[in-house]
Amino acid sequence: MKKSSTFEENLARLEEIVAALDDERLPLEEAMKLFAEGVKLSQGCGKTLDEAKLRLEELSLPMAGNEQ
Amino acid sequence: MSFTMVTVSQLNRYVKTVLEEQKSLEELYVKGEIASLSRPTQSGHLYFTLKEGAASVRAVMFRDYARGVPFEPQAGLRIIVRCTATLYERDGQFQLMVYDMQPDGLGAAHLALEQRKERLRQEGLFDQARKRPLPPAPTRIGVVTSAGGAVLHDILSVLGRRWPLATVVLSPAAVQGENAPAQLTAALLALDKAGGCQVILLARGGGDAKDLEAFNDEGLARAVAACRVPVVSAVGHETDFTLCDLAADLRAPTPSAAAELVAPDVEEIRDRLEAAVFALEMSMQTVMEARKATLTSLEQKLLRNSPQKIHQRNGQRLDFLVRLLTNAYKDALGRKISAVNSLTAALSRLNPAAVLQRGYSITMRDGALVVSAGELGPGDLLTTRLGDGMVRSTVTEILAEGEGAP
Repeated sequence: MKKSSTFEENLARLEEIVAALDDERLPLEEAMKLFAEGVKLSQGCGKTLDEAKLRLEELSLPMAGNEQ
Repeated sequence: MSFTMVTVSQLNRYVKTVLEEQKSLEELYVKGEIASLSRPTQSGHLYFTLKEGAASVRAVMFRDYARGVPFEPQAGLRIIVRCTATLYERDGQFQLMVYDMQPDGLGAAHLALEQRKERLRQEGLFDQARKRPLPPAPTRIGVVTSAGGAVLHDILSVLGRRWPLATVVLSPAAVQGENAPAQLTAALLALDKAGGCQVILLARGGGDAKDLEAFNDEGLARAVAACRVPVVSAVGHETDFTLCDLAADLRAPTPSAAAELVAPDVEEIRDRLEAAVFALEMSMQTVMEARKATLTSLEQKLLRNSPQKIHQRNGQRLDFLVRLLTNAYKDALGRKISAVNSLTAALSRLNPAAVLQRGYSITMRDGALVVSAGELGPGDLLTTRLGDGMVRSTVTEILAEGEGAP
């Protein structure tokens, strides 16, 4: 878990960028920066989806240690 | 003294009505022993007599209720029934309409459970308003169940297929037996405290009602209600709602169903991602096209104002001004010429020579104009100017005005 933002946050950010790009007053440099960020996010999200594998962790209980 | 005469059917209907008006007979728990039991296969209803010593009462349990009885009723069995006391109108037969039955002994526990359920309900623990919505895409999903059982396997297989982006955090506990309530509660609390989960499944496989006991534990139900994140119960019993089911934010019929409920389908997410990527490219294309159009229009404006164009426009303006100037000069010159002409004409009218032409003459002596006869004396040499020449003459005589005139 090296990424600080979750998949869902990245996807939401991507959708936010798409919405922002629809604003005609957006300066071109800003638009290109957003687009680059969007492409990176979409590639990241795609990669996450392709490589996703359910993980299982087990919580060790301090109380239930002496189960009979 | 008055009396009432009625028919049998009127009487039966009346008594039935009277009985049904009795709130205290509407929901009863009656204890007794089953006798003369029958279940006609055609209807599926359950008919029996409930006996206690010498007393007995007829009872009927309709098919849909009878189907939910988790044990096999038989003659001689001591039971507690939940029922309404009423009259079978046709036969005038007083009878119990049974909704639920428990073997006696267990029946006490059942009653206690009902009372507990009612108390928690009154407290508001089961209120619909308390139910929280599930997170749309949890990254960590807590599961409280027995380790290594079929239940965990089912949950993992559903989540592995539908939502592999998540981590399942198992907090193991015995789901039946004496220690189950305490272990389940401890496992749930630990998971809520340390699991970092956005949602928790409390799960158990199917089984008979006795195995559900742990999930009717009041402490566990309160822990479910007090959880910081939404809890989905999947206790795996179709008909009975345990206290945990009622306290949970959502009840699922089975653990697999619970796993489907807590996570979105990754295919839906993939569609959403693809839609976003498509929209991203379209938006960027639109942005670029809009800029290109602006650029083209600016270029055209710029060309219209190029130095050549400006020079050309200035040349045209210069030509125009020169033409204006030339015209103005010509006009002014014409006016001067006509003024000179008219002055010349006026001047020529005043020329003394023209007077001489008309017969007058000018007389001078020694270069000076003679204007008076008195100035002259005989012998003076005069020069007289006429229209076409001059003559010299000598004065011979001076005459007064009027003298010597012809």
